[in-house]
Amino acid sequence: MAYTYLEFEKPISDLENKIESLRDNKDNDESVHQEISSLSDKIENLTKEIYEGLSIWQKVQVARHPHRPHFSDYIENIFTDFDELHGDRLFGDDQAIIGGLAKFKGNPVVIIGHEKGKSTEDKISRNFGMSQPEGYRKASRLMKLAEDFSLPIITFIDTPGAYPGIESEERGMSEAIAKNLSIMSGLKVPIIVIITGEGGSGGALAIGVGDHISMLQYSIYSVASPEACASIVWRDNSKAQEAAEAMKLDAKNLLDFGLIDNVIDEPLGGAHRDTKKASSLIAKEIDDNLKRLKEIGIDELIEKRYQKIMSYGSIQK
Amino acid sequence: MVKSWFNKILPSLGKQHKEEKKSPVPQGLWQTCSNCKEILYGPDLEANMYVCPNCGHHIRIGARHRISYLIDHDEYKEISSELKTKDWLSFTDTKKYKERLSDAKTNIDETEALISVHGKLNDKDVVLSVFEFRFLGGSMGSVVGQKFVDAVEFAIEKSCPFICVATSGGARMQESLFSLFQMSRTSAALNKLKSKKLPFISVLTDPIYGGVAASLAMLGDINIAEPKAQVGFAGPRVIEDTVRVKLPEGFQRSEFLLKHGMIDMIVQRSHMKDKISGLISKLHTG
Repeated sequence: MAYTYLEFEKPISDLENKIESLRDNKDNDESVHQEISSLSDKIENLTKEIYEGLSIWQKVQVARHPHRPHFSDYIENIFTDFDELHGDRLFGDDQAIIGGLAKFKGNPVVIIGHEKGKSTEDKISRNFGMSQPEGYRKASRLMKLAEDFSLPIITFIDTPGAYPGIESEERGMSEAIAKNLSIMSGLKVPIIVIITGEGGSGGALAIGVGDHISMLQYSIYSVASPEACASIVWRDNSKAQEAAEAMKLDAKNLLDFGLIDNVIDEPLGGAHRDTKKASSLIAKEIDDNLKRLKEIGIDELIEKRYQKIMSYGSIQK
Repeated sequence: MVKSWFNKILPSLGKQHKEEKKSPVPQGLWQTCSNCKEILYGPDLEANMYVCPNCGHHIRIGARHRISYLIDHDEYKEISSELKTKDWLSFTDTKKYKERLSDAKTNIDETEALISVHGKLNDKDVVLSVFEFRFLGGSMGSVVGQKFVDAVEFAIEKSCPFICVATSGGARMQESLFSLFQMSRTSAALNKLKSKKLPFISVLTDPIYGGVAASLAMLGDINIAEPKAQVGFAGPRVIEDTVRVKLPEGFQRSEFLLKHGMIDMIVQRSHMKDKISGLISKLHTG
């Protein structure tokens, strides 16, 4: 797949193109090498400069970048010995949420996450990461399995939102999400939540209640997608950019509000530039926090989780 | 006789104020049913709990009315009525969020979209939370979440059943993630209530969508709906835009929810109090 540059990355892509054309040049002498090397330095500085000054809307675009690593990439790079477990035992197997047993640094864990899909066919079969009720019910089944066998849970969030369809309503989307929120608040195992891309609304939160919540640097998390918020509040979904800015949905702002616990830095130019490095940074976050959470007794863990959930609010003291 | 007739059409100023606070419908002697368009005599409609005597349509009513229909003698103690939102995001769309809040407060004389009370229902101690749809569409922000949680905690402290009458457009956009997290907050509190073996009766009234449907409203030990209430996760317009088909008749109405197994029963407004009381007498014998 050809690399996709975002609009604000145009200066970077111009330099990359320059390098490409120099490489194609037949007379490959020392001066060309030097020029390539100086252009590469320029790219690095420029990328740094651009990414340090990203606006909220630009972060939304990075979070939705077509090359952004997906849950399947993180499974491959962070965990070993993954056994995917299928189905909700009630109706079907939703491919927009996948999960199963895996090993993290040799120890068994349960992992669950949204998967948007890569190829067109894959994206369609995964409904672009928009789950039906079955996805959330599969997730809750796997969480119960984790509890039964005392395994920690790690969830990866990347969804535009739960799927708005006729069948979703017939099969109780509201109940499926609500039930997960209730169950996760009292699960007797540690839960680590990582928002890797889009944290879209109730469809994200439905696997997002836990003891430690982190966001990748350029991921987003909000009550509704910018487009949905714009359509509700401005009655005009072309105001998505304004909605995104107003919701302050980026990791840094949400950390400042105390709504998440940590921001995981991304490699220069975003996670999609270096999936392996992004994976190792996530792995470190998981490792640090699993160690910490495992030290806490179960009753205390659940009480702390309850207090944490109760602390979320914007109220005048 | 003359006096009572006079009072009927010319209530005292103080009473009128209370009525306005209670009623979502324009105060007038004659009102039109929003469903069958029948012209109805106001006092008759009020005596019929705002259910159209002609077609049985359950007209939307305000939270104070709900409370008066459920709590004995309309006598109750309010829980956490003093809480105020801090506009942490300084959210502004076509209007400042702060202005939207103060306008809502002025217009309907309530401080937020949820009222929590402690009182008696057919002589049984209960805690009741009721959404006020006229306050920013009954949307759930931090204060609504807090008042709900405080009510649940109060029920746990008093060891009594908890009832919620919901009507809401969903999570409040203007508080973004703070609002979204009220879904997990209210759900966690209800999970705690369940662990204490105290029943939660969720009454679904027209309409309930989004974050309120996908959290507290669907978590009742018993879910009861009023007839024809619209309850769903995604709004009909969003679904139509996504799937590009016309939605079936009665989609997301109470009867649809009952058919698809999402609620326990549909109960008329006039029977609601006795039905809840009967259910509580079986679930809460302590």
